[in-house]
Amino acid sequence: MSTVRLSLLRGWKVRTGLAVLGFFVLLALAGPLLTAAVPGLDPRANDLAAIGLPPGPGHWLGTTQFGQDVLAQTVEGARGSLFVGFLSAAIGTGLAILVGLPAGYFGGRTDAWLNFLSNLFIVMPVLPLILIVAGYMQGTGLWVIALVIGFFGWSGGARTIRAQAMSVSNRDFVAAMRTLGEPHHRLLFHEVLPHLTGWIAAMFLHGVIGGVMAEAGLAFLGISDSSAISWGTMIQAAQQQSAVLRGMWWWFVPPGLCIALVATAATLVNFGVDELANPKLRTARRSVVRRAERTTAPDTAPDTAGSDAR
Amino acid sequence: MTAPPTTRPTPVLAAVDVTKHFAVRAGVGSRAVVRAVEGATLDLHRGRVVALVGESGSGKTTLARLLAGFYAPTSGEIALEGAPVRQRRGRVERGYHKDVQLIFQDPFGSLNPLHRVRHNLERPLRLHHGVRDRAELDRRVGELLERVALTPADQFADKFPHELSGGQRQRVVIARALAVEPKVLLGDEPISMLDVSIRLEMLNLLDRLRTEDGLALLYITHDIASARYLCDDVVVMYAGEMIEGGPKEQVIADPLHPYTRLLVESSPDPARGARDREALFDAGADDLGEPPSLIDPPPGCRFHPRCPFAKDVCRTQAPPRTDVGEGRWTRCWLHATDPTATSQETE
Repeated sequence: MSTVRLSLLRGWKVRTGLAVLGFFVLLALAGPLLTAAVPGLDPRANDLAAIGLPPGPGHWLGTTQFGQDVLAQTVEGARGSLFVGFLSAAIGTGLAILVGLPAGYFGGRTDAWLNFLSNLFIVMPVLPLILIVAGYMQGTGLWVIALVIGFFGWSGGARTIRAQAMSVSNRDFVAAMRTLGEPHHRLLFHEVLPHLTGWIAAMFLHGVIGGVMAEAGLAFLGISDSSAISWGTMIQAAQQQSAVLRGMWWWFVPPGLCIALVATAATLVNFGVDELANPKLRTARRSVVRRAERTTAPDTAPDTAGSDAR
Repeated sequence: MTAPPTTRPTPVLAAVDVTKHFAVRAGVGSRAVVRAVEGATLDLHRGRVVALVGESGSGKTTLARLLAGFYAPTSGEIALEGAPVRQRRGRVERGYHKDVQLIFQDPFGSLNPLHRVRHNLERPLRLHHGVRDRAELDRRVGELLERVALTPADQFADKFPHELSGGQRQRVVIARALAVEPKVLLGDEPISMLDVSIRLEMLNLLDRLRTEDGLALLYITHDIASARYLCDDVVVMYAGEMIEGGPKEQVIADPLHPYTRLLVESSPDPARGARDREALFDAGADDLGEPPSLIDPPPGCRFHPRCPFAKDVCRTQAPPRTDVGEGRWTRCWLHATDPTATSQETE
């Protein structure tokens, strides 16, 4: 299915989104090496000579109230935030598939039990629970934060997957493949699941955004690893030191902007994934239409092809 | 097309007095039972085509799905070559699917839009014939596509369903069923969603499969003309019950049951005048009413509310199956001995 992968990369939205996401992922992977290699870019060093400085030549994004370099912290924070975002999204989406897919496909008693489970998690007051669990496990780091966010964040997705799986499972082609003698696991993962790719990808990307935000939110409330640096802990520190009142915008704008950028990039990628789920959407792209126009005789109007592309 | 043999061998697939009820929720807290199929008996023989005709909602599809092993009958028995079929946790064993295949009505729905034609044909080959070798798979996929006249085969093998027309899709569906090499093919209105211009082609394909491979075919339709073209025997269903059966020429030319007569008359025939039907039944087509609810079917003969010839006994007692010779039978008090009144002989 290499054509599918190729066509995914063809739209500008997907390319932009992937480029931005890729940039941040690279930053998360290579950032700590970078800050360690460049002198004066240590996110934890307190430069007492430069406290609360606005962006300038020495510190490109200024310094915090503690004399820490904001650029270095933003670079370092990418790792923490994206780690929590991706891990919690993977856990949340995985649980949603594990619960939602069999519920929708098998129906009956299986559905009743699994649905009961997801309903239970939906009505649970998630934020207080996260607060309690995260507070209880304080000092154990970003892993626990990610696990907690993922574990409490799958239930809505499970309901979505269940509804979609139910609708796909009732379609004739599933029955037809069943008549062929296909076992349940083949039907589940090869006939039904591919139809949910769009939903799952959307859920995952949404989960990444949610994870990054939830981590920031928890850090803002003071529930985070005190030694770890993430965009959330930066905003929390800025808030504690009344950065808004002091007009130190350079302290909280970079991490805030990064969170917004990651969210936008994830949304852009999502547009492209939608086309994966529906092969009909991939038929007429502008490049294809252009190629078609070139091959057809100039007197035959390419109007129909042009309107199809929209 | 061939005369019915006098002594019949064991049918390949048989339904013996099969009943299927579905429980539905009729409202909050109340449950109802839909009597989709009741007391259906049907034999399918090698190389013979049986047509199952009836209007929408008469239980044709339910019967086909029962025969295909989708669900277990509420009562009665389905027998494959004389051996009763058992269901385990709502599924028949895979071996059953090796022998019985179902073709769905809607070729647009019965192919997964995400899989290429190749995938659909390779799965049965892998499942039932253990073909693993790439070259062997390619060869057999090519053969199957050629059998259903989708050539050049190597081109069609890599197409997605949305790149095919309705007729081409239905051929892929048939090829998929053939890949299993079944003994019985159940066609659930296989041509009703197809363009009129390719229906004949499809019927000829089915006919060829029957004569060349000796498949037993069940052809479900509401179109008498195509049943007459393809089949050997006709069975008529009404409101979940089988009401008449026999060799196609006799059943269609001289229907015994009033419903069959109505059904035959309702198919367009250029040789017939516009008013003949009204004259025959002494009523306009609109006055003949709707098929009954299967949740609460009428007592006695299920057809009596619409039947122009209904008698008192029809309203109270279900008619028994009456054999009238030449392999023909019907369920109608017009042809059975009335137990209450003085016997009314007809025919």
